[in-house]
Amino acid sequence: MESEFISGIVRCWSKYSTSYLQGAGRTLLIAFVGTFIGCVIGFIVGLVQTIPITPKDPLPKRIILRIVKAILKIYVEVFRGTPMIVQAVFLYFGIRMVFGIGMGMWTSAFFVVSINTGAYMAETVRGGILSIDPGQTEGAKAIGMSHFQTMVSVILPQAFRNIIPQIGNNFIINIKDTSVLSVISITDLFFVHKSVVGALYLYFQSATIVMVIYLIMTLVISNLLRWLEKRIDGADNYDLATTDTLAMTSGMYNYPGSGKTGNRNLDTRGEL
Amino acid sequence: MADKKEPILEIRHLGKSFGAHEVLKDIDFSVSIGDVTSIIGASGSGKSTLLRCVNLLEEPTSGQILYHGKSILDKNFSVTNYRARVGMVFQSFNLFANMTALDNCIVGQRKVLGRSSQEAREKSLYYLEKVGMIPFINAKPKQLSGGQKQRVAIARALAMEPEVLLFDEPTSALDPQMVGEVLDVMSKLAQEGLTMLIVTHEMAFAKDVSSSVVFMKDGVICEEGPPSQVLGDPKMPETREFLSRFMRNT
Repeated sequence: MESEFISGIVRCWSKYSTSYLQGAGRTLLIAFVGTFIGCVIGFIVGLVQTIPITPKDPLPKRIILRIVKAILKIYVEVFRGTPMIVQAVFLYFGIRMVFGIGMGMWTSAFFVVSINTGAYMAETVRGGILSIDPGQTEGAKAIGMSHFQTMVSVILPQAFRNIIPQIGNNFIINIKDTSVLSVISITDLFFVHKSVVGALYLYFQSATIVMVIYLIMTLVISNLLRWLEKRIDGADNYDLATTDTLAMTSGMYNYPGSGKTGNRNLDTRGEL
Repeated sequence: MADKKEPILEIRHLGKSFGAHEVLKDIDFSVSIGDVTSIIGASGSGKSTLLRCVNLLEEPTSGQILYHGKSILDKNFSVTNYRARVGMVFQSFNLFANMTALDNCIVGQRKVLGRSSQEAREKSLYYLEKVGMIPFINAKPKQLSGGQKQRVAIARALAMEPEVLLFDEPTSALDPQMVGEVLDVMSKLAQEGLTMLIVTHEMAFAKDVSSSVVFMKDGVICEEGPPSQVLGDPKMPETREFLSRFMRNT
């Protein structure tokens, strides 16, 4: 029994290893491009959603901003609230039928994954921006920075650091969820699995191979993102700038009690 | 007394409400070049709100604030230019967490004033030197103590070379030793003639450095005058009561 299982795996792999790897490559490609474009969309939408509207703004600006925000909100709700598999079918077959223009299956695939990730990322980015201590914005305002300058120099770099885990989440979800794109004939890893099963009738064995490949891909991605997080955090220590050559100038650690692992946005505004 | 000099800031009949709660009522006073005005009063008396109105972090509900005779509440008034000329130091420091001490001082000069990177760097180093923070220019805010953070925050505000600097309880979040280091820096600035508007609970400091003291209670200015009078020989019973309670507590 066991030897049959193992020999089945070996059979699948020896015969179709190239197909599996190609499928895995396509899965990675769609997931990567989709996550990347999705992040760009998410950042733009999230940024627009957090532009403050004040009564001081001229009326046309207020109206346009409100309309744009409403449209973006609808976009987020629609694409977050419907399954990707339905979106893929809807776009791939629907547009062809209604408008007579065919979107190729690859274009559809990239489009669906990007726009789907974008909807999720928009909320993530909005949350990331809101999570930054309002004192940061006030500090920037107090030296005369505009909303845009504050966002670019102060808020987004901090928000970005905080949402990297969520970007990683989306990437991993995309690697797995692109499997639904086999409904529009994308020859991803799952499609390869179905084909192999059709040829060899080795369901369990092929599924095992595919599971392991998916797992390897997601593990590699999550570790890469951890590494990126650490890099952005920078060193725990800093160099003391002094002309005293006898002083030990490097390896100064955090001020004791400032809480090295503590909350980054230390709230010290105690009421007195 | 200050009438001879042209006022930089004139606050006229200023009122501010949060919903039905009236925080400031009919506030009137002005700040001229070289003035060091301390605003004292119990917590909740509206001191900080007043200061935040002056920097437009809060929108006043009524009244006027004039900057060199021009209303800062005017629709066409450039708020960002104004804020670059009127700096602010916060109780909670509000240093940019993603930048080193030096970059905190540089960023505003580059983005708002459009200074060259070399000029911005030189000015930053000059003011960081003034507050004694030169050794720590490469440290991130989370690596600094409260007093050090506040000194960097003061340097950041100074680097913009403002006409007036507003201090919103700059030492209230600090322990006694760190209070001293920040107050020393502020005394030095006062001696150099910087125009300052300070909300503080440090009475001894207010007495030493201020040219005038404003006592607030329940959103109104109760008493105003030179420190020797308001703190030494207060006319109003409310001021006397506040000061006596304050002295007992410390």
